[in-house]
Amino acid sequence: MDTRLLVSLVILLLPLLGFVVQLVLGRMKTPTDYVIDPHENPGHDHGHHGNPADLHTADHTQTVVDDPHEAHGHVTYEVHTAGHDAHYEYVVSKRRDSWTEADQKRAYGLSWISTLIMGICLVLAIYVAYATISAPAPEGAPNYHPKVEQSFTWMDFADAASSTIGRGYIITLGVLADNLAAIMLVVVTLISFLVHLFSSEYMRQPSMHGGRFNRFYAFLGLFTFSMLGIVIANNLLMIYIFWELVGVSSYLLIGFWYERPGPQYASKKAFIVNRVGDIGMFAGIMILFTQLGTFQLTEIFDMIAGGRIPFGSEAWLTAAGILLFCGAIGKSAQFPLNVWLPDAMEGPTPVSALIHAATMVAAGVYLTARIFPLLTGDAMLFVAGIGAITAFIAASIALVQWDMKKVLAFSTVSQLGYMVLALGVGAFSAGIFHLVTHAMFKACLFLGSGSVIHQMHHSLHHLHDHERDPQDMRYMGGLRAKMPRTYLMMLIATLAISGIPLFSGYMSKDEILAGAWAFRNVNPHFVANAVWIIGYVVAGMTAFYMFRMIFLTFWGQPKSRDIHEHIHENPGVMTAPLIVLAVLSLWIPFGGNPLDPAGGWFLSSWVHTPAVVVPESAQPHLAHEGAATHEPATEHGAPAGEAAALAPFQTTLEHEVHQLHSTGLPHILSIPALVSLLMAGGGIVLAFVLYGRAGARGQEVSWAEPRGLRAFLFNRWYQDNLYEKIFPVGMTLVLMKMLAWFDQNVIDGIVNGVAAATIWISRVIAGFDTYVVDGLVNMLAGVTQFTGLLFRQLQTGRVQTYVMYVVLGVVVLFFAFR
Amino acid sequence: MSIGLPHFLTISAILFSLGLYGIITRRNAVMLLMGIELVLNAANINFVAFSRYSAGELSQMMTGQVASIFVIVLAACEAAVALAIVLNIYKRFNTINVDEVDMLRD
Repeated sequence: MDTRLLVSLVILLLPLLGFVVQLVLGRMKTPTDYVIDPHENPGHDHGHHGNPADLHTADHTQTVVDDPHEAHGHVTYEVHTAGHDAHYEYVVSKRRDSWTEADQKRAYGLSWISTLIMGICLVLAIYVAYATISAPAPEGAPNYHPKVEQSFTWMDFADAASSTIGRGYIITLGVLADNLAAIMLVVVTLISFLVHLFSSEYMRQPSMHGGRFNRFYAFLGLFTFSMLGIVIANNLLMIYIFWELVGVSSYLLIGFWYERPGPQYASKKAFIVNRVGDIGMFAGIMILFTQLGTFQLTEIFDMIAGGRIPFGSEAWLTAAGILLFCGAIGKSAQFPLNVWLPDAMEGPTPVSALIHAATMVAAGVYLTARIFPLLTGDAMLFVAGIGAITAFIAASIALVQWDMKKVLAFSTVSQLGYMVLALGVGAFSAGIFHLVTHAMFKACLFLGSGSVIHQMHHSLHHLHDHERDPQDMRYMGGLRAKMPRTYLMMLIATLAISGIPLFSGYMSKDEILAGAWAFRNVNPHFVANAVWIIGYVVAGMTAFYMFRMIFLTFWGQPKSRDIHEHIHENPGVMTAPLIVLAVLSLWIPFGGNPLDPAGGWFLSSWVHTPAVVVPESAQPHLAHEGAATHEPATEHGAPAGEAAALAPFQTTLEHEVHQLHSTGLPHILSIPALVSLLMAGGGIVLAFVLYGRAGARGQEVSWAEPRGLRAFLFNRWYQDNLYEKIFPVGMTLVLMKMLAWFDQNVIDGIVNGVAAATIWISRVIAGFDTYVVDGLVNMLAGVTQFTGLLFRQLQTGRVQTYVMYVVLGVVVLFFAFR
Repeated sequence: MSIGLPHFLTISAILFSLGLYGIITRRNAVMLLMGIELVLNAANINFVAFSRYSAGELSQMMTGQVASIFVIVLAACEAAVALAIVLNIYKRFNTINVDEVDMLRD
């Protein structure tokens, strides 16, 4: 087998080893070393503390579980459910004292094994990436074929009769290595490694009793294994298997603090919402499998290119594409399945950094990229539309949040919308580019916020304050002086996400917006126009809310002096990952010229748009079709042979993008770039005016009760409430009540009815028995008695009577025998 | 009209009936016995009548008349025995009213 594939398999399996090691050697004792007895005190109306849309999440008002010194005590949670606010009190009592200092040290040391494994994986991934990207594409193969792949037969039904494809099914598993997979390998292993490093300090709390610390690293390993499986899989079945595994890992990690109601709810929500998307994905996979006979992507693309499409109809091909994208809607938190990601912030911050910034949510985008060749024009419009809607909704919600992690969560959803939007309008490389850059700066932002929250936590702990939320920006401010390194790294990442030149985010976002602009230019469809406008508007909103976050957290005067006093910078183990990620958020890794992304090596040679193989009639119909005869390939640096393999509409789009940028001026002065700069700059200026400058009044608005539009945005467009009303309450509960009614009235009715009927029948029979049967018997007896009474009278005891009988007898006999 | 067998038979029948009537209806046990005697005598008349009016040689043998003498003797014996029974009945029941001797009634 090819070395790269072999090394990829090793990279896949090492985290699994880490998982096993952490579990087996982690000496996990009883599931909870703390006994928690909840009892509810209802009726406490606390008004609006925290986000009312956090239907079942808890305010972070307790720290008892973190500190064994206060192990015996009362923990209070505020839970706002639809209808009433409840004040839950948990009595926590420590159950066993057997976890000693030595045990803790051992657990900590054991966790470094996982970190080491991830470091090895990172090095190997860099090697694979280098080996793959520098290798030339195979001659003559269409450009959606991976550079190298290998499959193993798993289940062979070749001799079984088959109806649709004329031969039996053969199910395989396989690995591939191409540029896209190689880049993703590096991204996943890098972020995972940095998160492992960060967690060694962040998660090091006394509450990590009973093996909880090692459990964390075990699940990180399981997650990394699952994600890498998705990355190097070459067939849809394997992707689906690892997809579900990623879902499970996400459930385990979000619900890491599983005693709390918040993580319990959030982890279930994440998994269930994901599963909803997976239904669609599975339907899509099955359409392709039953019609084309294979799960392997290359074979599927080849067949479609050869004219063989599901059920022979383009509508079905569109459906298959959209259904497969449904999986991405679930995993990448697109509208309408975006509800799980903000709640997933209940998990520890490193988890948010790993899963919900960089990797798992990128799996959806990665899947869409993998199936890109089979998306028809309608499917692409759908994808673009969903991406744009998601981007807008999430950005609008992020504008008014005051929990740091929520801002970042909604920002993630919004940026994922951007990536999906890019893939939908055909700007494939831009979308992938944004995925990579986003992974870097978003992970940096999450880890940075984790850094801040860590310090806020310590400070509040110092003050024995269990009421104030350490993630609430309204208690922050002025942290720039106290945590300079964290501030600088977060600033770099924020500049990147806002799309400011000299940073990676500018390069990727600008390409996406240019792609959307080009798409709109050649496609008069209203979706194209909407997507274009939304793209730029959201860019402005992104800059605004990100800088709002920076200003509220780091600038100005501290909102609460007492918290501010105890905040210090974090140790090197926590700031080192930040530095690495911040450097990766600069322009350097992605292209030589910071102002011209298209000329950089990422877009021009690392990631190429795969050719779309759907039939001509199903491809998007663009104006300027004649421009396809141009050869823009040379100016993009792509080999001419590859460009010729693209579908006509793809070359048209590339040409159009090129047109937009080639005004004779430098790239940065082209129209799309200027507009995006304008939007970003406008957002930053507005944020500065409202929050950054001395005497800004924006903070007071944040503190006030949300009203009207603010309330609508703050409560996440009431989407959670809507889903809560429809699904649990509207469907499950209603169904429950119906079934309960059915059970009580119909089924029990039948049972009781049968019993009543039995009783009635038995009464009838008893009556029969009493009157008829006994009657007969009595009648017999009566007859006998009557007869006896009758005949008794013959026996008078008197001789004369008997003489009479004799005479009578003689007379009778005389006449009888005459 | 000459007196023939039917006339004797008629008389014996009447006598028999009267005797039977006496047996059946009399309450006094001795009267009952009288009735029996009547019946026996009726039978006697029948014997004699048949013996006298039978044809030919049979009328010479006088079988009936002889039987009738037997019957008289037997009637006398039987009457003696019967009266002995009646005496015992009187000893036992203190009455000779046959209606009152109904112990075999249930």
